[in-house]
Amino acid sequence: MSDLVWQRGDLLGVAELSTAEIIHILDTAESFVEVAARPIKKVPTLRGKTVINLFFEPSTRTSSSFEIAEKRLSADNINFGASSSSLSKGETLLDTARNLEAMAPDLVVIRHAHPRVPHALAARLAAGVINAGDGAHEHPTQALLDAFTIRRHKGRVDGLKVAIVGDVAHSRVVRSNVLCLTRLGANVTVAGPRTMMPEEPEALGATVAYSLDEATRGADVIMMLRVQLERQARASFPSEREYFDFFGLTAERLKGASDDVIIMHPGPMNRGIEIASEVADGPWSVILEQVANGVAVRMAVLYLLAGARSGEETL
Amino acid sequence: MTAALVIRGGRVVDPSQELDGPADLLIEDGAVTACGPGLRTPEGAEEVDASGQVVTPGLIDMHVHLREPGQEYKETIESGTLAAAAGGFVAVACMPNTEPVNDDPSVTEFILRQAERAGWARVYPISAVSRGLEGRELTEFGAQRRAGAVAVSDDGRPVWNAALMRQALRYARHFDLPVIQHAEELQLSGDGVMHEGAFSTRLGVEGIPGAADDVMVGRDLMLAADTGGRYHLAHMSTVRSLALVRSAKADGCRVTAEVSAHHLLLCDEDVFDSGLDPDFKMHPPLRSASDRDALVSGIADGSIDAIASDHAPHHPDEKELDFVAAPNGVVGLETTLSLCLDRLVGPGVIELARLVELLSVAPARILGIPGGSLAPGSPGDVTLIDLDREVAVDPAAFHSKSRNTPFAGWKLRGAPAGTIVGGRVIELP
Amino acid sequence: MAELTVKRTLFDARQMARMMRRMAAELVERAGGTDTLMLVGVRTRGVPLADFVAAEIVRTEGVELPVGILDITLYRDDLSTIAPQPVVKESVLPVPIEDRIVVLCDDVLYSGRTIRAAMDALMDYGRPKAIRLAVLIDRGHRELPIHADCIGETVQTTDTEVIKVSYAATDDGKEMVELLEREG
Repeated sequence: MSDLVWQRGDLLGVAELSTAEIIHILDTAESFVEVAARPIKKVPTLRGKTVINLFFEPSTRTSSSFEIAEKRLSADNINFGASSSSLSKGETLLDTARNLEAMAPDLVVIRHAHPRVPHALAARLAAGVINAGDGAHEHPTQALLDAFTIRRHKGRVDGLKVAIVGDVAHSRVVRSNVLCLTRLGANVTVAGPRTMMPEEPEALGATVAYSLDEATRGADVIMMLRVQLERQARASFPSEREYFDFFGLTAERLKGASDDVIIMHPGPMNRGIEIASEVADGPWSVILEQVANGVAVRMAVLYLLAGARSGEETL
Repeated sequence: MTAALVIRGGRVVDPSQELDGPADLLIEDGAVTACGPGLRTPEGAEEVDASGQVVTPGLIDMHVHLREPGQEYKETIESGTLAAAAGGFVAVACMPNTEPVNDDPSVTEFILRQAERAGWARVYPISAVSRGLEGRELTEFGAQRRAGAVAVSDDGRPVWNAALMRQALRYARHFDLPVIQHAEELQLSGDGVMHEGAFSTRLGVEGIPGAADDVMVGRDLMLAADTGGRYHLAHMSTVRSLALVRSAKADGCRVTAEVSAHHLLLCDEDVFDSGLDPDFKMHPPLRSASDRDALVSGIADGSIDAIASDHAPHHPDEKELDFVAAPNGVVGLETTLSLCLDRLVGPGVIELARLVELLSVAPARILGIPGGSLAPGSPGDVTLIDLDREVAVDPAAFHSKSRNTPFAGWKLRGAPAGTIVGGRVIELP
Repeated sequence: MAELTVKRTLFDARQMARMMRRMAAELVERAGGTDTLMLVGVRTRGVPLADFVAAEIVRTEGVELPVGILDITLYRDDLSTIAPQPVVKESVLPVPIEDRIVVLCDDVLYSGRTIRAAMDALMDYGRPKAIRLAVLIDRGHRELPIHADCIGETVQTTDTEVIKVSYAATDDGKEMVELLEREG
């Protein structure tokens, strides 16, 4: 366990986290994995704390994961979806912040389709803010749970070869993961069809490849990204069949990877498009562990941020 | 008629006469009647002491949005022209994307009436190219010209329809009107909100490729060559657009171009560093550092004719939205001159005389309006400049109704010291 | 930050070992044997006590009792007032606690709040037959109705004093109980 004294009150992006902070979150999460194994999977840690989950964009997985994490820590949580909320498009950030502030939350979890909205709200809120995904910018808890899952399997992240494959241009998972994994010493390669690559992809900080085989050769970890089917309409790929043909992960194509390769996917999967069922359900797959670890990592983040906030009040 | 006016003791910089030196200026009946050293003050004339100041032909901002009629909460003709005067401009040309659109002489007449009532600066309305800016039917260029419009443009939007653009360039020749184009291929800019490049990649923000501008500029230049019409490219932003304009000029096309101060001084890295501050959002977007550097070379070598602010006021509430949701545009009337003096003239990128060409002589020539010169017979429109005054950009102190500037807090050397419109000294409130 | 200065040594290594041996014997006796007994050290300073007692029972009874570690961080009642946030560590309970006599082991019994948290934590793992409390030092000043079943020594203290327990196993061979004074 690092000697780091946790002081951060918001988790907005991996970009702003130091390596020591990342490791501290992962180490803290180890302790929360054990809570899930207990007969009573609930601890009173955040009793009396209010957490608002503000999802301007629908997300069943991430919002459920946060919700379970909050409940297991005994926090009171309230969920606002984009439709059920008066906080919606066209409202100024200041008004959104004031409305939230009126409910006196301790923490606010925000998902928004536009980049840096959580950052902008954090600057206007006394409560701690957790970014649960801002556009194609960052998704820090996803990257942390991915790093956590890799570390549990491989015992380390340093020196591993990680391939991330799919719609790199529009993926917040890629951005946060490249930042997080490279900071922990992994060699990350991103790959996808050129129509799904951003301009100047090297700026992400990873090696860039344009074929699945090139990216996965010798890989210790392969992370497949979800293909957003609506992108087909924007000519990002001509057909599902052709995408699977060139960028779908099959058992056959795993032969070039390391013998003990693990396969990850942030979910939800499109079987037969980016990943074959034989791989998704195969011995390499750690996809369901990612889901379980997500709860532990989010508990760790909630615990650390809640503490940093209350610490401020007493100083 | 106003009383005669002598501006005494200044350094007159007038590139239209290749003049740069100490001289006095006499303005009678609203027009310059003499310019030279040691002028006698006629009986009853007022005097302005310009010692230590630069005296130039009145600066003209050929690309502003005054928002009136229709969006008076952002700006009015009164507040916008006051901002112009405060920024050292004696005249502005205002874009037609108001509500209603200026696609009818009644709107042009309304704007001119409001401008006259305000009295802070001259206003030259620009007519829409197409009715309702829809890109389908031409407006009445002739009637608009007669009412006082000096150019046609669908600015805020491109004239997307190539056939309509071709007809506009041909028809505008009857009235010697320039067609001012906001060059943007909408299919390419798509949902983009900043320049597509390394920084949009890092932010995961939808990008606007430079090609969105270039494709349209290329199309338009072919049409300009084809029709012989006068084409003016608004707010040039990329190195490729610059190359296209250079080459068209070399081929003898009647093409001119302007650039905004923000595209000369900022780039996409500044958007990144701002943390996606909506005050750094405009169209075209702040481009790459190499685009920015190319544009600076373009104003130095004469490929770009004019600097214009693209003053686009938005209410603070609109810029209190997040970057993607916020509207495009920044204000510029009260910052452009100081920015150019400090960042372009100060370090010697361009001479002061060249700046006066870019901000006065060229806009007058392109729009075919009086001004841009202090030669006898020219309108008595003068800008006084204090090259040594240090100012800090303070949006709260703007005369504009809006505050959306990416330059807040910048410390600049060189500032406007006053304007004179038709021999009348403009006193700011 | 308050400075701590050592006032005096209360018990040396020999005395401490004697205390812990006596506690081990007492625990076995009170439980009527070792059948259902289980030791759980409260992290951090209760863990070496549990280990010592377990080793002693191996020596005297020839029986190896299950020994657990309980981290009570998540059950503290002062999380919203202390800064920085304490580091959370894992709890390890090697066998189910159902129907066992669980002996919570800690170094010092003071306000009773740690033990309250430890009992809450333990209950979340199951329903033990009984929970007993063994502490090396009872220093008084209780804030909750909690008492120890097995005590090494009772020491009178003022509330500016601090008891520091060092174990040979975890503190570089140093084993003693010291009385410190908080200044500032």
